[in-house]
Amino acid sequence: MSNSTDTYAVPGVGAGLLDVYRRRYLLKLIVRKELRVRYRGSVLGLAWSYVKPLVQYVVLFFALGIVLRVGDQIPNYALYMFSGVIVINFFSEAFSNATRSIVSNAALVKKIYLPRELFPVASVWVAAVHFLPQLIVLLAAALLSGWHPDIMQLFGALLGFVIVAVTATGLGLLAGAINVFFRDAENIVDMLMMIVTWTSPVLYDWTMIRRLAAPWVLTIYQLNPITVAVELFHWAFWYPTVNQPVELPPHLLVTGFIGLGMAALFLVIGQIVFRRLEGHFAQEV
Amino acid sequence: MGAAVIVKGLKKTFNLRHSHSMKETLVWLAKGRKGDLTKKFDALHDVSFEIQPGETVALLGFNGSGKSTLLKLISGVILPDQGTVRTKGRVAGLIEVGAGFHPDLSGRENVYLNAAILGMTEQEIQEKFDDIVAFSEIEQFIDTEVKFYSSGMFLRLAFAVAVHTQPDIFLVDEILAVGDEPFQRKCLAKIKQLSDEGRTLVVVSHDLDMISRICDRGVVLSSGTVQFEGPADQAVAWLRERN
Repeated sequence: MSNSTDTYAVPGVGAGLLDVYRRRYLLKLIVRKELRVRYRGSVLGLAWSYVKPLVQYVVLFFALGIVLRVGDQIPNYALYMFSGVIVINFFSEAFSNATRSIVSNAALVKKIYLPRELFPVASVWVAAVHFLPQLIVLLAAALLSGWHPDIMQLFGALLGFVIVAVTATGLGLLAGAINVFFRDAENIVDMLMMIVTWTSPVLYDWTMIRRLAAPWVLTIYQLNPITVAVELFHWAFWYPTVNQPVELPPHLLVTGFIGLGMAALFLVIGQIVFRRLEGHFAQEV
Repeated sequence: MGAAVIVKGLKKTFNLRHSHSMKETLVWLAKGRKGDLTKKFDALHDVSFEIQPGETVALLGFNGSGKSTLLKLISGVILPDQGTVRTKGRVAGLIEVGAGFHPDLSGRENVYLNAAILGMTEQEIQEKFDDIVAFSEIEQFIDTEVKFYSSGMFLRLAFAVAVHTQPDIFLVDEILAVGDEPFQRKCLAKIKQLSDEGRTLVVVSHDLDMISRICDRGVVLSSGTVQFEGPADQAVAWLRERN
Protein backbone atom coordinates (compact mmCIF):
# COMPACT_ATOMS: atom_id res chain seq x y z
CA MET A 1 0.00 0.00 0.00
CA SER A 2 2.52 2.58 -1.11
CA ASN A 3 1.75 5.51 -3.37
CA SER A 4 -1.48 3.96 -4.61
CA THR A 5 -3.09 5.24 -1.42
CA ASP A 6 -2.27 8.84 -2.22
CA THR A 7 -4.15 9.18 -5.47
CA TYR A 8 -7.75 8.64 -6.37
CA ALA A 9 -8.71 5.96 -8.81
CA VAL A 10 -11.79 5.75 -10.98
CA PRO A 11 -13.30 2.35 -10.29
CA GLY A 12 -14.09 0.26 -13.34
CA VAL A 13 -11.71 2.05 -15.68
CA GLY A 14 -8.55 0.05 -16.29
CA ALA A 15 -5.59 0.12 -18.62
CA GLY A 16 -6.90 -2.60 -20.93
CA LEU A 17 -4.41 -5.19 -22.11
CA LEU A 18 -1.73 -3.55 -19.98
CA ASP A 19 -3.73 -4.61 -16.91
CA VAL A 20 -3.74 -8.17 -18.21
CA TYR A 21 0.04 -8.05 -18.25
CA ARG A 22 0.13 -6.59 -14.73
CA ARG A 23 -2.12 -9.34 -13.48
CA ARG A 24 -0.48 -12.18 -15.37
CA TYR A 25 -0.56 -14.42 -12.32
CA LEU A 26 -4.35 -14.21 -12.35
CA LEU A 27 -4.26 -14.86 -16.10
CA LYS A 28 -2.24 -18.02 -15.45
CA LEU A 29 -4.78 -19.21 -12.89
CA ILE A 30 -7.69 -18.53 -15.24
CA VAL A 31 -5.98 -20.46 -18.04
CA ARG A 32 -5.35 -23.34 -15.65
CA LYS A 33 -8.97 -23.25 -14.52
CA GLU A 34 -10.22 -23.40 -18.11
CA LEU A 35 -8.03 -26.40 -18.83
CA ARG A 36 -9.03 -28.20 -15.64
CA VAL A 37 -12.70 -27.61 -16.29
CA ARG A 38 -12.41 -28.69 -19.91
CA TYR A 39 -10.99 -32.09 -19.05
CA ARG A 40 -12.89 -32.79 -15.85
CA GLY A 41 -14.08 -36.33 -15.51
CA SER A 42 -12.12 -37.51 -18.54
CA VAL A 43 -9.68 -40.39 -18.20
CA LEU A 44 -7.32 -39.33 -20.96
CA GLY A 45 -7.48 -35.65 -20.03
CA LEU A 46 -5.07 -33.49 -21.98
CA ALA A 47 -3.96 -36.57 -23.92
CA TRP A 48 -7.09 -36.04 -25.99
CA SER A 49 -5.39 -33.07 -27.57
CA TYR A 50 -2.77 -35.48 -28.94
CA VAL A 51 -5.27 -38.04 -30.15
CA LYS A 52 -7.37 -35.55 -32.13
CA PRO A 53 -4.61 -34.09 -34.33
CA LEU A 54 -3.15 -37.55 -34.86
CA VAL A 55 -6.47 -38.77 -36.20
CA GLN A 56 -6.78 -35.62 -38.27
CA TYR A 57 -3.38 -36.28 -39.81
CA VAL A 58 -4.18 -39.88 -40.61
CA VAL A 59 -7.49 -38.84 -42.21
CA LEU A 60 -5.75 -36.23 -44.35
CA PHE A 61 -3.15 -38.75 -45.39
CA PHE A 62 -5.58 -41.44 -46.49
CA ALA A 63 -8.65 -39.54 -47.60
CA LEU A 64 -6.89 -36.87 -49.63
CA GLY A 65 -3.93 -38.89 -50.78
CA ILE A 66 -5.47 -42.19 -51.72
CA VAL A 67 -9.08 -41.24 -52.43
CA LEU A 68 -8.69 -37.77 -53.93
CA ARG A 69 -5.08 -38.23 -55.17
CA VAL A 70 -3.99 -34.74 -54.13
CA GLY A 71 -0.43 -36.00 -53.98
CA ASP A 72 -0.20 -35.77 -57.76
CA GLN A 73 -0.18 -31.95 -57.50
CA ILE A 74 1.42 -31.30 -54.13
CA PRO A 75 4.40 -33.35 -52.97
CA ASN A 76 4.25 -34.40 -49.33
CA TYR A 77 0.64 -33.22 -49.41
CA ALA A 78 -0.25 -34.58 -45.94
CA LEU A 79 2.48 -32.52 -44.34
CA TYR A 80 1.53 -29.53 -46.49
CA MET A 81 -2.07 -29.66 -45.38
CA PHE A 82 -1.48 -30.54 -41.79
CA SER A 83 0.87 -27.60 -41.26
CA GLY A 84 -1.91 -25.33 -42.55
CA VAL A 85 -4.67 -27.15 -40.71
CA ILE A 86 -3.09 -26.68 -37.29
CA VAL A 87 -2.83 -22.93 -37.92
CA ILE A 88 -6.53 -22.86 -38.72
CA ASN A 89 -7.29 -25.06 -35.69
CA PHE A 90 -5.41 -22.70 -33.41
CA PHE A 91 -7.06 -19.64 -34.90
CA SER A 92 -10.59 -20.95 -34.81
CA GLU A 93 -10.36 -22.32 -31.29
CA ALA A 94 -8.82 -19.10 -30.01
CA PHE A 95 -11.20 -16.82 -31.87
CA SER A 96 -14.45 -18.65 -31.19
CA ASN A 97 -13.69 -19.27 -27.52
CA ALA A 98 -12.60 -15.67 -27.04
CA THR A 99 -15.89 -14.59 -28.62
CA ARG A 100 -17.80 -16.58 -26.00
CA SER A 101 -15.47 -15.79 -23.13
CA ILE A 102 -17.22 -12.74 -21.65
CA VAL A 103 -20.66 -14.29 -21.80
CA SER A 104 -19.50 -17.60 -20.34
CA ASN A 105 -17.81 -15.79 -17.46
CA ALA A 106 -20.93 -13.71 -16.82
CA ALA A 107 -21.04 -14.74 -13.15
CA LEU A 108 -17.68 -13.11 -12.57
CA VAL A 109 -18.17 -10.15 -14.88
CA LYS A 110 -21.35 -9.17 -13.05
CA LYS A 111 -19.99 -9.40 -9.55
CA ILE A 112 -16.35 -8.52 -9.31
CA TYR A 113 -14.39 -5.92 -11.18
CA LEU A 114 -11.34 -7.30 -12.90
CA PRO A 115 -9.78 -6.43 -16.24
CA ARG A 116 -12.27 -8.09 -18.59
CA GLU A 117 -9.64 -8.42 -21.30
CA LEU A 118 -8.39 -11.32 -19.17
CA PHE A 119 -11.09 -13.61 -20.50
CA PRO A 120 -10.46 -13.35 -24.26
CA VAL A 121 -6.70 -13.40 -23.65
CA ALA A 122 -7.07 -16.52 -21.49
CA SER A 123 -9.03 -18.19 -24.31
CA VAL A 124 -6.16 -17.56 -26.70
CA TRP A 125 -3.72 -19.03 -24.18
CA VAL A 126 -5.86 -22.13 -23.75
CA ALA A 127 -5.91 -22.54 -27.53
CA ALA A 128 -2.13 -22.15 -27.53
CA VAL A 129 -1.86 -24.96 -24.98
CA HIS A 130 -3.91 -27.14 -27.31
CA PHE A 131 -1.78 -26.04 -30.23
CA LEU A 132 1.35 -27.53 -28.69
CA PRO A 133 0.37 -31.20 -29.10
CA GLN A 134 -0.61 -30.49 -32.71
CA LEU A 135 2.78 -28.94 -33.28
CA ILE A 136 4.43 -32.02 -31.83
CA VAL A 137 2.46 -34.28 -34.18
CA LEU A 138 3.48 -32.00 -37.05
CA LEU A 139 7.13 -32.10 -36.01
CA ALA A 140 7.05 -35.88 -35.79
CA ALA A 141 5.52 -36.12 -39.27
CA ALA A 142 8.05 -33.62 -40.63
CA LEU A 143 11.01 -35.46 -39.14
CA LEU A 144 9.76 -38.71 -40.67
CA SER A 145 9.78 -36.95 -44.05
CA GLY A 146 13.39 -35.81 -43.64
CA TRP A 147 12.85 -32.33 -42.29
CA HIS A 148 15.94 -30.07 -42.13
CA PRO A 149 14.90 -26.43 -41.65
CA ASP A 150 17.22 -23.44 -41.52
CA ILE A 151 17.06 -20.79 -38.83
CA MET A 152 15.06 -18.33 -40.94
CA GLN A 153 12.39 -20.93 -41.57
CA LEU A 154 12.06 -21.57 -37.85
CA PHE A 155 11.82 -17.83 -37.30
CA GLY A 156 9.07 -17.81 -39.94
CA ALA A 157 7.11 -20.40 -37.97
CA LEU A 158 7.43 -18.33 -34.81
CA LEU A 159 6.31 -15.24 -36.69
CA GLY A 160 3.33 -17.15 -38.05
CA PHE A 161 2.33 -18.26 -34.57
CA VAL A 162 2.56 -14.72 -33.20
CA ILE A 163 0.50 -13.37 -36.12
CA VAL A 164 -2.29 -15.86 -35.43
CA ALA A 165 -2.24 -15.27 -31.67
CA VAL A 166 -2.40 -11.48 -32.06
CA THR A 167 -5.11 -11.65 -34.73
CA ALA A 168 -7.21 -14.00 -32.61
CA THR A 169 -6.80 -11.75 -29.56
CA GLY A 170 -7.82 -8.65 -31.49
CA LEU A 171 -10.79 -10.22 -33.24
CA GLY A 172 -11.71 -12.07 -30.03
CA LEU A 173 -11.83 -8.81 -28.08
CA LEU A 174 -14.00 -7.28 -30.80
CA ALA A 175 -16.42 -10.18 -31.20
CA GLY A 176 -16.42 -11.00 -27.48
CA ALA A 177 -17.53 -7.47 -26.64
CA ILE A 178 -20.22 -7.44 -29.33
CA ASN A 179 -21.43 -10.87 -28.23
CA VAL A 180 -22.46 -9.42 -24.86
CA PHE A 181 -25.06 -7.29 -26.62
CA PHE A 182 -25.91 -9.49 -29.57
CA ARG A 183 -25.48 -13.21 -29.16
CA ASP A 184 -25.61 -13.37 -32.95
CA ALA A 185 -21.89 -12.62 -32.88
CA GLU A 186 -20.94 -16.14 -31.88
CA ASN A 187 -22.94 -17.60 -34.75
CA ILE A 188 -21.36 -15.20 -37.21
CA VAL A 189 -17.93 -16.21 -35.92
CA ASP A 190 -18.78 -19.91 -36.28
CA MET A 191 -19.78 -19.22 -39.86
CA LEU A 192 -16.55 -17.31 -40.53
CA MET A 193 -14.59 -20.26 -39.20
CA MET A 194 -16.07 -22.46 -41.91
CA ILE A 195 -14.95 -19.96 -44.52
CA VAL A 196 -11.50 -19.27 -43.14
CA THR A 197 -10.14 -22.69 -44.14
CA TRP A 198 -10.85 -21.79 -47.75
CA THR A 199 -9.64 -18.19 -47.73
CA SER A 200 -6.14 -19.49 -47.00
CA PRO A 201 -4.11 -22.02 -48.97
CA VAL A 202 -4.73 -24.93 -46.62
CA LEU A 203 -6.29 -27.57 -48.85
CA TYR A 204 -4.95 -26.19 -52.12
CA ASP A 205 -1.85 -24.21 -53.00
CA TRP A 206 -1.53 -20.49 -53.60
CA THR A 207 -0.60 -20.78 -57.30
CA MET A 208 -4.22 -21.75 -58.00
CA ILE A 209 -5.33 -18.31 -56.82
CA ARG A 210 -2.69 -16.71 -59.02
CA ARG A 211 -3.92 -18.72 -62.00
CA LEU A 212 -7.59 -17.99 -61.44
CA ALA A 213 -7.73 -14.42 -60.17
CA ALA A 214 -6.48 -10.96 -61.00
CA PRO A 215 -3.25 -9.75 -59.35
CA TRP A 216 -5.09 -7.34 -57.04
CA VAL A 217 -7.20 -10.23 -55.75
CA LEU A 218 -4.01 -12.07 -54.90
CA THR A 219 -2.76 -8.99 -53.06
CA ILE A 220 -5.90 -8.82 -50.95
CA TYR A 221 -5.71 -12.58 -50.45
CA GLN A 222 -2.20 -12.19 -49.06
CA LEU A 223 -3.15 -9.34 -46.75
CA ASN A 224 -5.13 -11.84 -44.68
CA PRO A 225 -2.87 -12.48 -41.68
CA ILE A 226 -4.08 -16.06 -41.44
CA THR A 227 -3.03 -16.70 -45.04
CA VAL A 228 0.37 -15.26 -44.24
CA ALA A 229 0.70 -17.50 -41.18
CA VAL A 230 -0.29 -20.58 -43.16
CA GLU A 231 2.29 -19.77 -45.82
CA LEU A 232 4.96 -19.21 -43.20
CA PHE A 233 4.14 -22.61 -41.71
CA HIS A 234 4.42 -24.22 -45.14
CA TRP A 235 7.78 -22.58 -45.55
CA ALA A 236 8.98 -23.80 -42.15
CA PHE A 237 7.60 -27.34 -41.96
CA TRP A 238 6.76 -28.52 -45.44
CA TYR A 239 9.18 -26.79 -47.84
CA PRO A 240 12.36 -28.22 -46.22
CA THR A 241 11.04 -31.76 -46.79
CA VAL A 242 10.38 -31.31 -50.49
CA ASN A 243 13.00 -32.56 -52.97
CA GLN A 244 11.41 -31.45 -56.21
CA PRO A 245 11.12 -27.78 -57.26
CA VAL A 246 8.00 -26.05 -55.84
CA GLU A 247 7.07 -22.42 -55.98
CA LEU A 248 6.67 -20.55 -52.72
CA PRO A 249 4.87 -17.19 -52.57
CA PRO A 250 7.44 -14.40 -53.16
CA HIS A 251 8.88 -12.24 -50.36
CA LEU A 252 7.59 -14.45 -47.57
CA LEU A 253 9.25 -12.54 -44.75
CA VAL A 254 8.03 -9.20 -46.08
CA THR A 255 4.45 -10.46 -46.32
CA GLY A 256 5.06 -11.95 -42.88
CA PHE A 257 5.72 -8.54 -41.39
CA ILE A 258 2.82 -7.01 -43.29
CA GLY A 259 0.68 -9.79 -41.80
CA LEU A 260 1.99 -8.90 -38.37
CA GLY A 261 1.02 -5.30 -39.06
CA MET A 262 -2.50 -6.38 -40.00
CA ALA A 263 -2.70 -8.47 -36.84
CA ALA A 264 -1.61 -5.46 -34.77
CA LEU A 265 -4.26 -3.37 -36.49
CA PHE A 266 -6.93 -5.92 -35.52
CA LEU A 267 -5.62 -5.85 -31.97
CA VAL A 268 -5.88 -2.06 -31.76
CA ILE A 269 -9.39 -2.04 -33.22
CA GLY A 270 -10.45 -4.88 -30.91
CA GLN A 271 -9.09 -3.11 -27.86
CA ILE A 272 -10.74 0.20 -28.74
CA VAL A 273 -14.16 -1.36 -29.33
CA PHE A 274 -13.80 -3.52 -26.22
CA ARG A 275 -13.10 -0.48 -24.06
CA ARG A 276 -16.01 1.42 -25.54
CA LEU A 277 -18.43 -1.38 -24.71
CA GLU A 278 -16.87 -2.69 -21.50
CA GLY A 279 -18.71 -0.25 -19.24
CA HIS A 280 -22.01 -1.94 -20.07
CA PHE A 281 -20.88 -5.56 -19.77
CA ALA A 282 -22.03 -6.16 -16.20
CA GLN A 283 -25.56 -4.93 -16.78
CA GLU A 284 -26.09 -6.43 -20.23
CA VAL A 285 -24.42 -9.81 -20.08
CA MET B 1 -5.79 12.79 4.45
CA GLY B 2 -8.95 12.93 2.35
CA ALA B 3 -11.92 10.64 2.09
CA ALA B 4 -11.45 7.02 1.05
CA VAL B 5 -14.51 6.98 -1.16
CA ILE B 6 -16.08 10.02 -2.80
CA VAL B 7 -19.41 9.66 -4.55
CA LYS B 8 -20.73 12.72 -6.31
CA GLY B 9 -24.01 13.27 -8.15
CA LEU B 10 -24.31 9.63 -9.08
CA LYS B 11 -26.98 8.59 -11.53
CA LYS B 12 -27.53 5.15 -12.94
CA THR B 13 -30.20 4.19 -15.43
CA PHE B 14 -30.87 0.66 -16.53
CA ASN B 15 -32.35 -0.39 -19.83
CA LEU B 16 -35.05 -2.94 -19.34
CA ARG B 17 -34.20 -4.85 -22.46
CA HIS B 18 -34.11 -8.55 -22.42
CA SER B 19 -34.00 -9.57 -26.03
CA HIS B 20 -30.53 -9.95 -27.44
CA SER B 21 -31.35 -10.08 -31.10
CA MET B 22 -29.99 -8.14 -33.99
CA LYS B 23 -33.22 -8.64 -35.89
CA GLU B 24 -35.33 -6.65 -33.45
CA THR B 25 -32.82 -3.84 -33.41
CA LEU B 26 -32.66 -3.74 -37.20
CA VAL B 27 -36.45 -3.70 -37.45
CA TRP B 28 -36.52 -0.85 -34.96
CA LEU B 29 -33.89 1.05 -36.96
CA ALA B 30 -35.73 0.39 -40.22
CA LYS B 31 -38.92 1.83 -38.77
CA GLY B 32 -37.11 5.10 -38.21
CA ARG B 33 -36.35 4.51 -34.53
CA LYS B 34 -39.97 4.96 -33.59
CA GLY B 35 -40.70 4.58 -29.93
CA ASP B 36 -38.30 3.43 -27.28
CA LEU B 37 -36.64 0.16 -28.06
CA THR B 38 -35.99 -0.15 -24.37
CA LYS B 39 -37.76 0.95 -21.25
CA LYS B 40 -35.59 2.86 -18.83
CA PHE B 41 -35.42 2.63 -15.09
CA ASP B 42 -33.57 4.98 -12.74
CA ALA B 43 -31.81 2.83 -10.17
CA LEU B 44 -29.93 5.72 -8.60
CA HIS B 45 -30.53 9.42 -8.81
CA ASP B 46 -28.23 12.19 -7.63
CA VAL B 47 -26.48 10.25 -4.88
CA SER B 48 -23.58 11.97 -3.13
CA PHE B 49 -21.62 11.13 0.00
CA GLU B 50 -18.13 10.56 1.30
CA ILE B 51 -16.62 7.79 3.35
CA GLN B 52 -13.60 8.50 5.52
CA PRO B 53 -10.68 6.07 5.79
CA GLY B 54 -11.23 3.53 8.56
CA GLU B 55 -14.96 4.04 8.67
CA THR B 56 -17.44 1.17 8.62
CA VAL B 57 -20.46 2.30 6.67
CA ALA B 58 -23.69 0.46 6.04
CA LEU B 59 -25.84 1.02 2.99
CA LEU B 60 -29.41 0.48 4.11
CA GLY B 61 -32.75 0.31 2.40
CA PHE B 62 -35.48 -2.04 1.33
CA ASN B 63 -35.24 -4.32 -1.67
CA GLY B 64 -34.88 -2.36 -4.88
CA SER B 65 -33.70 0.82 -3.20
CA GLY B 66 -30.41 0.83 -5.10
CA LYS B 67 -27.97 -0.43 -2.46
CA SER B 68 -26.39 -3.14 -4.52
CA THR B 69 -26.24 -0.90 -7.58
CA LEU B 70 -24.36 1.64 -5.50
CA LEU B 71 -21.95 -1.00 -4.26
CA LYS B 72 -21.36 -2.18 -7.83
CA LEU B 73 -20.63 1.39 -8.86
CA ILE B 74 -18.08 1.81 -6.08
CA SER B 75 -16.41 -1.47 -6.99
CA GLY B 76 -16.31 -0.57 -10.69
CA VAL B 77 -18.39 -3.51 -11.88
CA ILE B 78 -20.71 -1.00 -13.54
CA LEU B 79 -20.07 2.60 -14.53
CA PRO B 80 -22.30 5.59 -13.69
CA ASP B 81 -24.32 7.41 -16.35
CA GLN B 82 -23.71 10.69 -14.55
CA GLY B 83 -21.58 11.76 -11.63
CA THR B 84 -18.31 10.35 -10.37
CA VAL B 85 -16.93 7.77 -8.00
CA ARG B 86 -13.39 8.05 -6.68
CA THR B 87 -11.63 5.57 -4.44
CA LYS B 88 -8.29 5.67 -2.71
CA GLY B 89 -6.25 2.51 -2.27
CA ARG B 90 -6.91 -1.11 -3.12
CA VAL B 91 -10.57 -2.01 -3.37
CA ALA B 92 -11.83 -5.53 -2.86
CA GLY B 93 -15.36 -5.68 -4.09
CA LEU B 94 -17.22 -8.71 -2.98
CA ILE B 95 -20.66 -8.25 -4.37
CA GLU B 96 -21.47 -11.77 -3.38
CA VAL B 97 -19.45 -14.05 -1.13
CA GLY B 98 -18.01 -16.80 -3.30
CA ALA B 99 -18.82 -15.15 -6.63
CA GLY B 100 -15.62 -16.31 -8.29
CA PHE B 101 -15.73 -19.88 -7.07
CA HIS B 102 -15.80 -22.65 -9.60
CA PRO B 103 -17.57 -25.86 -8.52
CA ASP B 104 -15.24 -28.18 -10.45
CA LEU B 105 -12.07 -26.92 -8.84
CA SER B 106 -10.80 -28.06 -5.45
CA GLY B 107 -10.96 -25.84 -2.41
CA ARG B 108 -7.25 -25.17 -2.69
CA GLU B 109 -7.45 -24.13 -6.34
CA ASN B 110 -10.42 -21.91 -5.60
CA VAL B 111 -8.55 -20.17 -2.79
CA TYR B 112 -5.73 -19.30 -5.18
CA LEU B 113 -8.02 -18.25 -8.00
CA ASN B 114 -10.26 -16.12 -5.81
CA ALA B 115 -7.50 -14.46 -3.88
CA ALA B 116 -5.93 -13.52 -7.22
CA ILE B 117 -9.27 -12.24 -8.50
CA LEU B 118 -9.59 -10.07 -5.40
CA GLY B 119 -6.20 -8.57 -6.18
CA MET B 120 -3.64 -10.54 -4.15
CA THR B 121 -0.24 -11.37 -5.58
CA GLU B 122 1.14 -14.89 -5.78
CA GLN B 123 3.46 -14.28 -2.86
CA GLU B 124 0.71 -12.82 -0.68
CA ILE B 125 -1.50 -15.82 -1.36
CA GLN B 126 1.24 -18.27 -0.47
CA GLU B 127 1.90 -16.44 2.78
CA LYS B 128 -1.76 -16.26 3.71
CA PHE B 129 -2.86 -19.67 2.47
CA ASP B 130 -2.57 -21.48 5.79
CA ASP B 131 -4.33 -18.67 7.63
CA ILE B 132 -7.17 -18.76 5.14
CA VAL B 133 -7.66 -22.49 5.49
CA ALA B 134 -7.36 -22.33 9.27
CA PHE B 135 -9.94 -19.56 9.42
CA SER B 136 -12.40 -21.53 7.31
CA GLU B 137 -11.93 -24.62 9.54
CA ILE B 138 -12.26 -27.01 6.60
CA GLU B 139 -8.66 -28.24 6.39
CA GLN B 140 -9.87 -31.77 5.89
CA PHE B 141 -11.72 -30.96 2.68
CA ILE B 142 -9.37 -28.44 1.11
CA ASP B 143 -8.44 -30.78 -1.74
CA THR B 144 -12.02 -31.84 -2.39
CA GLU B 145 -13.87 -30.29 -5.30
CA VAL B 146 -16.06 -27.44 -4.15
CA LYS B 147 -19.19 -28.95 -5.71
CA PHE B 148 -19.15 -31.56 -2.95
CA TYR B 149 -19.09 -28.91 -0.22
CA SER B 150 -22.11 -28.13 1.90
CA SER B 151 -23.33 -24.57 1.50
CA GLY B 152 -21.90 -23.73 4.91
CA MET B 153 -18.44 -25.02 4.04
CA PHE B 154 -18.55 -23.14 0.77
CA LEU B 155 -19.41 -19.83 2.43
CA ARG B 156 -16.80 -20.32 5.11
CA LEU B 157 -14.04 -20.79 2.61
CA ALA B 158 -15.24 -17.93 0.42
CA PHE B 159 -15.46 -15.57 3.36
CA ALA B 160 -12.06 -16.67 4.66
CA VAL B 161 -10.48 -15.75 1.32
CA ALA B 162 -12.23 -12.41 1.24
CA VAL B 163 -11.18 -11.25 4.71
CA HIS B 164 -7.58 -12.17 4.08
CA THR B 165 -7.19 -10.08 0.93
CA GLN B 166 -6.05 -7.04 2.93
CA PRO B 167 -7.71 -4.33 0.86
CA ASP B 168 -7.84 -0.69 1.87
CA ILE B 169 -11.50 -0.59 1.01
CA PHE B 170 -13.65 -3.61 1.48
CA LEU B 171 -17.09 -3.77 -0.14
CA VAL B 172 -19.43 -6.56 0.86
CA ASP B 173 -22.98 -7.46 0.02
CA GLU B 174 -24.73 -9.56 2.68
CA ILE B 175 -21.53 -10.24 4.53
CA LEU B 176 -23.28 -11.61 7.56
CA ALA B 177 -25.22 -14.42 5.96
CA VAL B 178 -22.32 -16.74 6.64
CA GLY B 179 -22.40 -20.04 8.45
CA ASP B 180 -23.55 -20.98 11.92
CA GLU B 181 -23.48 -18.77 14.98
CA PRO B 182 -19.96 -19.53 16.22
CA PHE B 183 -18.61 -18.85 12.75
CA GLN B 184 -20.64 -15.65 12.47
CA ARG B 185 -19.12 -14.45 15.73
CA LYS B 186 -15.69 -15.20 14.34
CA CYS B 187 -16.51 -13.24 11.19
CA LEU B 188 -17.73 -10.25 13.16
CA ALA B 189 -14.56 -10.28 15.22
CA LYS B 190 -12.56 -10.37 12.00
CA ILE B 191 -14.52 -7.44 10.61
CA LYS B 192 -13.87 -5.47 13.79
CA GLN B 193 -10.20 -6.29 13.45
CA LEU B 194 -10.12 -5.11 9.84
CA SER B 195 -11.75 -1.87 10.83
CA ASP B 196 -9.37 -1.41 13.78
CA GLU B 197 -6.49 -1.79 11.34
CA GLY B 198 -7.79 1.31 9.62
CA ARG B 199 -9.49 -0.37 6.68
CA THR B 200 -12.62 1.11 5.23
CA LEU B 201 -15.66 -1.12 5.06
CA VAL B 202 -18.83 -0.60 3.08
CA VAL B 203 -21.47 -3.14 3.91
CA VAL B 204 -24.89 -3.92 2.49
CA SER B 205 -27.13 -5.97 4.72
CA HIS B 206 -30.69 -6.47 5.85
CA ASP B 207 -29.61 -7.60 9.29
CA LEU B 208 -30.32 -4.31 11.07
CA ASP B 209 -29.26 -5.46 14.56
CA MET B 210 -25.91 -6.54 13.27
CA ILE B 211 -25.45 -3.27 11.42
CA SER B 212 -26.13 -1.13 14.46
CA ARG B 213 -23.52 -3.17 16.32
CA ILE B 214 -20.67 -3.14 13.84
CA CYS B 215 -21.13 -0.01 11.71
CA ASP B 216 -20.20 3.57 12.54
CA ARG B 217 -22.47 5.17 10.04
CA GLY B 218 -25.47 4.35 7.89
CA VAL B 219 -26.66 5.68 4.56
CA VAL B 220 -30.32 4.95 3.92
CA LEU B 221 -31.44 4.70 0.32
CA SER B 222 -34.97 4.68 -0.99
CA SER B 223 -36.01 4.67 -4.66
CA GLY B 224 -32.47 5.49 -5.64
CA THR B 225 -31.90 8.57 -3.51
CA VAL B 226 -30.23 9.14 -0.16
CA GLN B 227 -32.96 9.62 2.45
CA PHE B 228 -30.92 9.65 5.61
CA GLU B 229 -27.28 9.77 6.53
CA GLY B 230 -25.98 9.55 10.09
CA PRO B 231 -24.84 7.29 12.92
CA ALA B 232 -25.67 3.66 12.28
CA ASP B 233 -28.17 3.21 15.12
CA GLN B 234 -30.05 6.34 14.06
CA ALA B 235 -30.09 5.16 10.46
CA VAL B 236 -31.49 1.82 11.57
CA ALA B 237 -34.10 3.56 13.72
CA TRP B 238 -35.04 5.83 10.82
CA LEU B 239 -35.54 2.83 8.57
CA ARG B 240 -37.52 0.91 11.17
CA GLU B 241 -39.92 3.84 11.67
CA ARG B 242 -40.89 3.65 8.04
CA ASN B 243 -41.30 -0.09 8.04
